[in-house]
Amino acid sequence: MSGTERLRSEPRREDERRAAERGQAQPPRLVVIGNGMAGARTVEEILSRGGDFAITMFGDEPYGNYNRIMLSNVLAGVEDESGIFLNDLSWYTDNGITLHAGRRISRIDRFAKQVYAEDGTATPYDKLIIATGSRAFVPPIPGIHRPGRGYHQGVFAFRTLDDTRSMIRYAREHERAVVIGGGLLGLEAARGLQNHVSHVTLLHAMGHLMNTQLDAQAGAILQRSVEQLGIEVVCDAMTTEILGKHAVTGVKLADGRVIDCDVVVVAAGIRANTEVAAASGLVVERGIVVDDQMRAQDEPDIYVVGECAQHRGETYGLVAPLWDQAKVLADHLTGRDPRAAYHGSRIATKLKVAGVDVASMGLKEPERDDDETLIFSEPRKGIYKSVIIRDGRLVGATLVGDVKKVAFLMQAFDRGLALPEDRVELMFDLGGPPAEVSAAELADDAQVCNCNGVTKATIAETVHGGCKTVSGVMDKTRAGKGCGTCKSLVAQIVEWAAGGAVEEDPRASWYVPGVPMPKPELMAAIRTHDLRSVSSVFAKLVPGGQEDAKSKMGLASLLKMMWGEDYVDERDARFINDRVHANIQRDGTFSVVPQMKGGVTTPAQLKRIAEVAEKHAVPMVKLTGGQRIDLLGVPKEKLPEIWADLDMPSGYAYGKSFRTVKTCVGSDFCRFGVGDSTALGIALEERYQGIEGPGKMKLAVTGCPRNCAEAYVKDLGVVAIDGGRWEIYVGGAAGAHVRKGDLLATVESPDEVITLTGRFLQYYRENANWLERTYAWVPRVGIEHIRAVVVDDTEGLAAGLDAAMDASVAAYRDPWKERAQPATPGQFRTSLPLVVLPQVPVR
Amino acid sequence: MTVLGHLEDIPPGEGRTYDVHGEMVAVFRLRDGSVRALSAVCPHRGGPLADGQIDHEVVVCPMHLMAFDLTTGCSLSGQPDLTVYPVTVDADGYLVIASLTASEVPS
Ligand SMILES: Cc1cc2nc3c(=O)[nH]c(=O)nc-3n(C[C@H](O)[C@H](O)[C@H](O)COP(=O)(O)OP(=O)(O)OC[C@H]3O[C@@H](n4cnc5c(N)ncnc54)[C@H](O)[C@@H]3O)c2cc1C
Ligand code: FES
Repeated sequence: MSGTERLRSEPRREDERRAAERGQAQPPRLVVIGNGMAGARTVEEILSRGGDFAITMFGDEPYGNYNRIMLSNVLAGVEDESGIFLNDLSWYTDNGITLHAGRRISRIDRFAKQVYAEDGTATPYDKLIIATGSRAFVPPIPGIHRPGRGYHQGVFAFRTLDDTRSMIRYAREHERAVVIGGGLLGLEAARGLQNHVSHVTLLHAMGHLMNTQLDAQAGAILQRSVEQLGIEVVCDAMTTEILGKHAVTGVKLADGRVIDCDVVVVAAGIRANTEVAAASGLVVERGIVVDDQMRAQDEPDIYVVGECAQHRGETYGLVAPLWDQAKVLADHLTGRDPRAAYHGSRIATKLKVAGVDVASMGLKEPERDDDETLIFSEPRKGIYKSVIIRDGRLVGATLVGDVKKVAFLMQAFDRGLALPEDRVELMFDLGGPPAEVSAAELADDAQVCNCNGVTKATIAETVHGGCKTVSGVMDKTRAGKGCGTCKSLVAQIVEWAAGGAVEEDPRASWYVPGVPMPKPELMAAIRTHDLRSVSSVFAKLVPGGQEDAKSKMGLASLLKMMWGEDYVDERDARFINDRVHANIQRDGTFSVVPQMKGGVTTPAQLKRIAEVAEKHAVPMVKLTGGQRIDLLGVPKEKLPEIWADLDMPSGYAYGKSFRTVKTCVGSDFCRFGVGDSTALGIALEERYQGIEGPGKMKLAVTGCPRNCAEAYVKDLGVVAIDGGRWEIYVGGAAGAHVRKGDLLATVESPDEVITLTGRFLQYYRENANWLERTYAWVPRVGIEHIRAVVVDDTEGLAAGLDAAMDASVAAYRDPWKERAQPATPGQFRTSLPLVVLPQVPVR
Repeated sequence: MTVLGHLEDIPPGEGRTYDVHGEMVAVFRLRDGSVRALSAVCPHRGGPLADGQIDHEVVVCPMHLMAFDLTTGCSLSGQPDLTVYPVTVDADGYLVIASLTASEVPS
């Protein structure tokens, strides 16, 4: 490594020598110790101000600068290592920066103005920036170290990429982890470790979680939410010993309790890296003491930035303050604003901690008798909100679980805004226009993305600079690329800044990620080139013919819809569920759901299902939410036999397709029924069974507005109303997303319901993006537009839609007939070594 | 040298699992005609990788859609990496894994 580094720095010296010979002024030499978030950010700020320095950076870690915050995501397996780098090596070369990655500085000679690396090399500076950050604080618990050899086997800190890598490597092969420390870092570690070990216990020495940011009640609510994720939490837990001779086997608590574990992660706080500064004679207390220009005390040419700096008695442990510090320092060093001064940061944080939204600012509890406090707590939902008001100004707020009001509160807190007379509006949106503080209201320098320190002004400038897509702005500014909680606000600001002229990110409009075309264009191209198979689409429409595994299923669905019987069905384009016509379960077995139109069955059918379940020892028989019977735990190789024994058509409980029509009892039996919902439901299912689409299509018909079949929250729901008429609702949902459907039309007869249903579904099939359910598609396109096309036929599309749907209906074949002869070799051969799979318990 | 079976046992673009001396190996037949062999069990939650969808670079586990590089076995989503086995197709179209004997998973 050092060889190449030297080589790289050689040309510069050569340049300098030549420049000196020619008598040109050389740029001053700027040396930065610490190549972390603060150091690299400061250099970026200097460069963006056109600062002319010969820059050399030293970093203890052998990498370019990465986003430390994202280590939580790396541990949790939701982010690749490669995705967290903020400055890759080419950034340093492109900007003429000499980077010594993996080289630690051990001493500063303030008088000779040189820094010495551990290998003895000296580097002179004109200006020096110290940005050495912090390290994990590891309390002196007996057994935590091995004499002379670092941590005990199985003990890890959580600060660097290397820490994270070794933790993952070790945890994978072990079972039980203990995390010491119930602050932000400990919670993130615990959550991430769940991805690697089966049991995680979090030990916290204090009375409640995140005690520096939260009061006891909020901490308790956070604890419940965290426990619901399967993390065991022990508060007031003083760890007194790490047990285990060769490797960790457990930890011992002060009350004598022993918790067995084979991995221990210490997240008990951080300490500023100040040793080098102290040894070199700088003034050091908890951090390196600086003035308002971030200058080390009594040192005209040495500056300090980031977690290692102590400003007006404060050190910080979050990134937001260091963005402010970096700006001030860059303004000062480049002479852009000689009066730039840092006045400290008001810490307002908005975080996702172990998957739970948490925001806190200012006081966590009232301090004076006349402080006004409002508290709302709904433990069952994991929601807690409190605000503290003094003399009509917001001086503290805490939000757990629901942070919708955070932008407004942060603004009020930062600027001391006047507060609404109805204090409750600080916590909730009461009727009226929505929501979050609107993009226009937000102050220019309001920080939108805390993780990456991006203000509203920066986002607006980027938009005005010509980048008018949300994802483009996110890429350029990094806003929204940390914990992600601010994404919707970023989108709103882009929209506002573009004055309505937001451009869709082209990729966001692609039907599938691997083919660069929006759906209408894609369909046109498929028709023009007569592409009938998924592989031909890749070959013809993707530059380079690159296949994309994640796009195959969406293309298969689209082609099937477009070509019906003429579709060339390549089996590998299907998802496993569609290859074997059953829904894969967590243990690799499948679930079998026979069709039961409208949820109506017969004694004979029930008997047959019972016999089949008994004969094949089906581990679980369950009623589904769609009014059918589910046989769970069927091995793949048994599927054809079970279908044969059942001799019932497939219920399509596995595909991105028409699923069921849920019905209520209807007018035949129900005292309240005004329309024969059961008959209509059966008719709908009969006609549209198995039709594939961009997403699942769940329907319902209900016989009166009491809505027993939940028709208001279906992709398409039909409600019988007085006078023999029927209302059709579309775009409803009651899964992870809940939405009441929009009224599409009120019609006079069941026949009209059937026609409009087909037309609506076909319009959805042709226009929605892959995996876009109707609850997203309907509001995106707008119910008025859909009504115009489907009901009023203002665009003259109706006949075409009806014909296309007729063709699809005609092409329908029951896939469970595909059993005598497998469609491909080994179609039903087992793919799983049952021995190692977690088996679903037999009930 | 272990013969697993004929290439034609695997449909183009799909994978099948073989029991190679107690080790579960997923063999994939890419659409360009080449083959890849990897450990068959997804290190995430034990998903059956042979049931996953592939392209020329990756296999996507059907359970939670974690992706793995077909050639190196490297996880692209922070999971442990997969073992890669050297697999070839002989002149008669049989799949051959170096220095292991195999029996097919009974079906
Ligand atoms: C897992 C994790 C999750 C986090 N999550 C959040 C979050 O959600 N929100 C938030 O606001 N903050 C979070 N933080 C904190 C945030 O990462 C830090 O505040 C930030 O990284 C501080 O930046 P820094 O540049 O001061 O220090 P660092 O990023 O630590 O950089 C300092 C660098 O200097 C190097 N160095 C030290 N001594 C020397 C030397 N003598 N010679 C050469 N190099 C040296 C170090 O190796 C290091 O690379 C998190 C931190 C961790 C570890
Ligand atoms: S088991 Fe493979 S992705 Fe979860």
